[in-house]
Amino acid sequence: MIRYAGNSEAIRALVREQAVHRDVYVNEEVFQLEMEHMFPNSWVYVGHDSQVPNPGDYYGTTIGTQPVLLVRHTDGTVHVLHNRCPHKGTRITSETCGNTGKFFRCPYHAWSFKTDGSLLAIPLKKGYENTGFEQSQAARGMTPVRHVRNYRGFVFAKINDGGLDFEEFFGESLTSFDNMIDRSPVGRLKVAGGVLRYMHNCNWKMLVENQTDTCHPMVAHESSAGTVVEVWKKAPPGTKKPMAVEIIAPFMSPYEFFENMGIRIWDNGHGHTGVHHSIHSDYSAVPGYFEKMTAAYGEDRAKAILGENRHNTVYFPNIMIKGPIQLLRQFKPIAANKTLVESWTFQLVDAPDMLLERTLMYNRLINAPTSIVGHDDLEMYERAQEGLHSNGNEWVNLQRLYSPDEAGQTNVAVNGTSEWPMRHQFRAWTKFMTMGM
Amino acid sequence: MSTVAEVPVVNTVPTDQELIDFVVREARLIDQQRFDEWLDMYADDAFYWMPLEWNQTDPRLTCSLMYEDKLLLSIRVERLKGARTFSQKPKSRCHHVLQTPQVDSRDPSTNSYVTWTPMHYVETRLDEQTLYAAWVTHHLGVENGRLKIKLKRVDLINCDAAFGNIQLFM
Repeated sequence: MIRYAGNSEAIRALVREQAVHRDVYVNEEVFQLEMEHMFPNSWVYVGHDSQVPNPGDYYGTTIGTQPVLLVRHTDGTVHVLHNRCPHKGTRITSETCGNTGKFFRCPYHAWSFKTDGSLLAIPLKKGYENTGFEQSQAARGMTPVRHVRNYRGFVFAKINDGGLDFEEFFGESLTSFDNMIDRSPVGRLKVAGGVLRYMHNCNWKMLVENQTDTCHPMVAHESSAGTVVEVWKKAPPGTKKPMAVEIIAPFMSPYEFFENMGIRIWDNGHGHTGVHHSIHSDYSAVPGYFEKMTAAYGEDRAKAILGENRHNTVYFPNIMIKGPIQLLRQFKPIAANKTLVESWTFQLVDAPDMLLERTLMYNRLINAPTSIVGHDDLEMYERAQEGLHSNGNEWVNLQRLYSPDEAGQTNVAVNGTSEWPMRHQFRAWTKFMTMGM
Repeated sequence: MSTVAEVPVVNTVPTDQELIDFVVREARLIDQQRFDEWLDMYADDAFYWMPLEWNQTDPRLTCSLMYEDKLLLSIRVERLKGARTFSQKPKSRCHHVLQTPQVDSRDPSTNSYVTWTPMHYVETRLDEQTLYAAWVTHHLGVENGRLKIKLKRVDLINCDAAFGNIQLFM
C-alpha cells in the first residue's frame, strides 16, 4: 500500500510538535523516501581525506544506501563518484579501499575511467560508432557526486542539486569539528586504529536520537557502568584509577549532572550535548600533551581548546562526533529495521600516542559489538523496534522540556535533559524529506 | 548439569596432556556458565584479546574487539549476574566445539607454554543463533602448582565483519 510517495502532506503529518508517528521508524516506504529525498538533499559525511592520501587512493562507502567512492584524483583533489560502471552497473572496486593507479578499470568488460570518473577507454570501441553513444549517459563515465566539500579533512557530499549550500546547512555547528581538529598541535587529524562495525536491528534514527538522550545512561547502563562503579569500590584504597574506569564510570552520573551539562541547538537538526561539562571532562592529563599544545597555540588558546568538553555533537542526518576523544560514528541505513554503525577513530597528528590509546580503549569499551555498553543500548533499540508494531499507541513521545516557541530558535543552550534536539532533528527530517517532493 | 574436576595440580612442568585438558576445561566452564571458576583460570595480570584486524600485532594503537585485563573480565562476569542487565533477559547460551589443542611451544625455563586451538563457537539468545569460527591461542604458565592463563587470544576468521551482539566469551 502506497501512502507517502509524492504526498508531502502525509510526510508532514508524521511529525508533530511533541511526538512522531511510528512509521518514521518501521515503515519501509518511509525508509525508501528517506533514501530518495532526505539523504540526497542533505550533506552526508563520506570519509576523511587521510583515508585517501595519494593520487589513485580510493575508499568505498554509502550515501544513504547508494554506493559511492571517495577518491584522490591525479591532480590531488578529492572526488566522490557513484560506484557503478556506467555500462552494466557493476561495482567498480574490488576492495573497500586501495589504490587504483591512474585509472579505474571495470572487471566485467574493461571499460576504464580516470580518477575523476570521466571515461578513458572502451575495448572494441568501433562497435559504438554511429550508435549515438556520445549522447548516452554511459559516455560520460562514472557519475560524479557534484556537490563535494572537504572541510579540514572531513569530506561531505550532497547528491541533489537542490537543498542548502554547505555553509548554510552546517552553520555554527562546524565549531565542533574545529575543536576536534584544533586538538592536534598542527591542526590535523588522521584516521587511525581501525573501524568498529556493529550491526543493529533497528532504525538508524534511534541511534541518532540516543546521542542526545541524557536520561538513559543511568538507567540503561546501570548494568555496565553501574557494575564498573561497584567493582571499583572494592579496589584497595590508593589504587590508581585505571583508564577503563575513568571512561565507563561517568555514565552513571546522576540526573543533575546531565541537566547541568547543557545542550546546544543549531539549525537543520545539528546540536551537541555538553555545553558546560561532560563525561569526558575529568580524564587524567596525558604527559607532554599540554606542553605541545601551548607551544603550538600559546597558553590561552591551548586552554580554550582543551577546555571545551562537548559530549556528543550530532550532525544531521547520520553522524556524531566526540571532539574530546576524536571519535566519529556513522549510522548507515540499510533498511527501516537495520542499521550498520561504524565507529571511526582519529589520531591527533603530532600529539602523544597515549591519546590515541585512550580513544581506542573508549571505542572498544563503548562502541564494539563486544561492548557491554553497546549491548545495553542495542537491547533498548531492538525492543523499541519491536514494540512500535503495537497499534495501541502509534506515537513516540518527545515532549520533555517542550516549549511552544522553540521552532524558530537556533544556537541556544538549554537544560541538558531536554528532548529539544530530537524534536529539532525531526523538524529537519521533515524539511529535507519534503524538499522538492 | 554435571560438574567437571578441579584444575589438576600439575608438576612444575606440565605435560602436553595437562595443557590440553586445561584448554578444554576452560571452554567447558564457559559453556556451563561457571564464570567465577572460569575467571580463576586467569592470572592476575592476564589479558583476553580478540583482535579486530587480520594478523593484528598491536593491541594498544590498533583497535580490538576486546583487549581486557582481569578487572574488565570480572566486571563482565558481575554484569552477567545483574538484576538489571536487560540484554541478558533472557540469558544468552553458548557452545564450543574445539579441535584438539596443539602444543605449539613449551619453555619450562621461562614457565611459558603456548597452545593453538581451532574452534567453532555458537552463541544464542531468543530465536537468534550465530556461528563463529576462530583460532584460539593460549599463553599459559604455572603459578603455585596450577596452570593459569596469561594471555588468551581469539582470532575470528571474519574479525573485520560487521557483527551483532557478542555477549559471552569465546
